[in-house]
Amino acid sequence: MSVAAAVHAHAPEAHRTSTGLNSRKMLFWAFLGSECMFFGALIATYLVYRGRDQVGPHPHEILNIPFTSVSAFVLLMSSLTMVLALAAVQRGDRRGSRIWLAATALLGMVFVGGQCYEFAHFAHQGLKLQTNLFGSTFFVLTGFHGTHVTVGVIWLWSLFAMAARGKLPQSRALDVEIAGLYWHFVDVVWIAIFTLVYLIQ
Amino acid sequence: MANTHADEHPGAHAPEHAHPGAREYLAIATILTVITAVEVAVFYIPAMKSGLVPVLLTLSALKFALVAMFYMHLKFDHRLFSWLFVTPMIVAALVIIALLKLFGHW
Repeated sequence: MSVAAAVHAHAPEAHRTSTGLNSRKMLFWAFLGSECMFFGALIATYLVYRGRDQVGPHPHEILNIPFTSVSAFVLLMSSLTMVLALAAVQRGDRRGSRIWLAATALLGMVFVGGQCYEFAHFAHQGLKLQTNLFGSTFFVLTGFHGTHVTVGVIWLWSLFAMAARGKLPQSRALDVEIAGLYWHFVDVVWIAIFTLVYLIQ
Repeated sequence: MANTHADEHPGAHAPEHAHPGAREYLAIATILTVITAVEVAVFYIPAMKSGLVPVLLTLSALKFALVAMFYMHLKFDHRLFSWLFVTPMIVAALVIIALLKLFGHW
């Protein structure tokens, strides 16, 4: 068996390509790789400037761990509903597809709502983007993550609309798988942010 | 890289490694929830303050790996996808470590 044929045999949803792997899926993994470096740069900036503020509020004075722990749990559970949505589409369960896609989008909206509340609360406490180094790096990092979640929510609702109109058959499972990869990526980024920003102060 | 119609290659749609089922996904979600609870508990235990950073980083890496391997299916998909994801992640981690060193955090 040639290398290309061997690779092809491993590839779910693959078309004939020079690698034997699905081009869309490979491109999306490359995109997620670039996103790793993007968030790596933002996390590095936050960590480098941590503890160098001349004025407050400082992280330990303002970060609400119980509240953020619930947000982290909500996002983790949305990853579960996302894989259940993919599994439902793959087995042709249209009702299950709609339910789990809607559940994932709703959990994403709960997370974004929590982040909006947190940002508003911080602003009320005197922490804004221009207040100090902590404010600048914190809002840029978590703001970009929240924007990614928002994009994911819009993507999920568009898939839900397709599913509701019967336009998301088994043959289009790759569309849901790629949306799922994006969704799980924002989840793993939050896993890193939750630890590095909130728990390690 | 020219795509041709999938119907010409019916075997291409049969994954060699089947993805996990709902039971496995629920088990992973339970493990992730427990790890998150442990992380938060460790944060509040005064006796853990000295070893807080390595413990939290290890637990966080474990959660990251579980999601990537089982929910993103890297454990079951072709290894090239893992390389496309892990290589930039290693670069990002090295950049973070280098900058922390450069700015005198170590």
